[in-house]
Amino acid sequence: MIEALFFYLFAAVMLGAGLMVVVSRNPVFSVLFLILAFFNAAGLFVLIGAEFIAMLLVVVYVGAVAVLFLFVVMMLDINFAEMRAGFQKYLPIGLVVGGILVFELVAAMYGDAFSGATLPAASEISNTRALGNVLYTKYMYLFQVAGLILLVAMIGAISLTMRRRSGVRRQVIAEQNMRRREDSVEIVDVPVGASARTVATVPPGKRER
Amino acid sequence: MGVENPVPELLHEYLPIAVFFAIAVGLAIAMVSASLLLGNQRPDDEKMTAYECGFDAFDDSRRQFDVRFYLVAILFIIFDLEVAFLFPWAVSLGGIGVFGFWSMMLFLAVLTIGFVYEWKKGALEWE
Repeated sequence: MIEALFFYLFAAVMLGAGLMVVVSRNPVFSVLFLILAFFNAAGLFVLIGAEFIAMLLVVVYVGAVAVLFLFVVMMLDINFAEMRAGFQKYLPIGLVVGGILVFELVAAMYGDAFSGATLPAASEISNTRALGNVLYTKYMYLFQVAGLILLVAMIGAISLTMRRRSGVRRQVIAEQNMRRREDSVEIVDVPVGASARTVATVPPGKRER
Repeated sequence: MGVENPVPELLHEYLPIAVFFAIAVGLAIAMVSASLLLGNQRPDDEKMTAYECGFDAFDDSRRQFDVRFYLVAILFIIFDLEVAFLFPWAVSLGGIGVFGFWSMMLFLAVLTIGFVYEWKKGALEWE
């Protein structure tokens, strides 16, 4: 009973947040509503006992992907008025994509696509352990492919966005540590009556110690 | 499909979190609405403008960010995912044996190559 209540709470807030993602005027608000939708999806995952996925959703999607979305939204110089004008234009495409998704979900729910799938009894073994038991041994190749994909993403991101700026003075710590006292500080005997200017113009090394 | 018995015991453990969220949301709503209802609301044009250290706001708060913020965020996501893979491994390390251990070591080695590349390339330096 309480469970059903929470299900409807999470589902309703998630749907509302999803709607606001689409219709919100400010893209930054869209991203914030997306974060709300992620949190509610995490709540739904907890309700069906998929704890690990729920926590992953919070850690990866809320913690990292949403931040990335915010950066993208802020990095692109979007004209809000122009974006609103495209709303009608993209509506058919959106409906087609959404329709396909609905069709797939219905087909998966009422078809027998999942009839052969075995769910581990959720009460016997914890979610995280169930994943760990097979991911690193049975699905080892897929796991390594995931690692390679992450490597490609890393190298791709670096080679796309890295550029050397010229004229930037970097701190070279080794050079700082290698500096000796003689290189930078010297004691100069200033003759009586000599102005500071004449002492300063003598190049270092030619000065008297 | 549909799960017949969605582990009620598990959900009991989440009850404190639900209580926590309820209190947090309630407190937030209470504070905002109390200041809205009890405070004097006398808005005028000057009060509603963005406050920018006394002078008039230069322009919109939205401006283009340096792409390097994006690079840092992407690198963060990648290592975040790497850590996410470590959790189930740590939990079931006892059951998956030496093979599972070295499987993860290979995964970490591949990502360490990327880390070394990124370090040497200077992607972590801010300048």
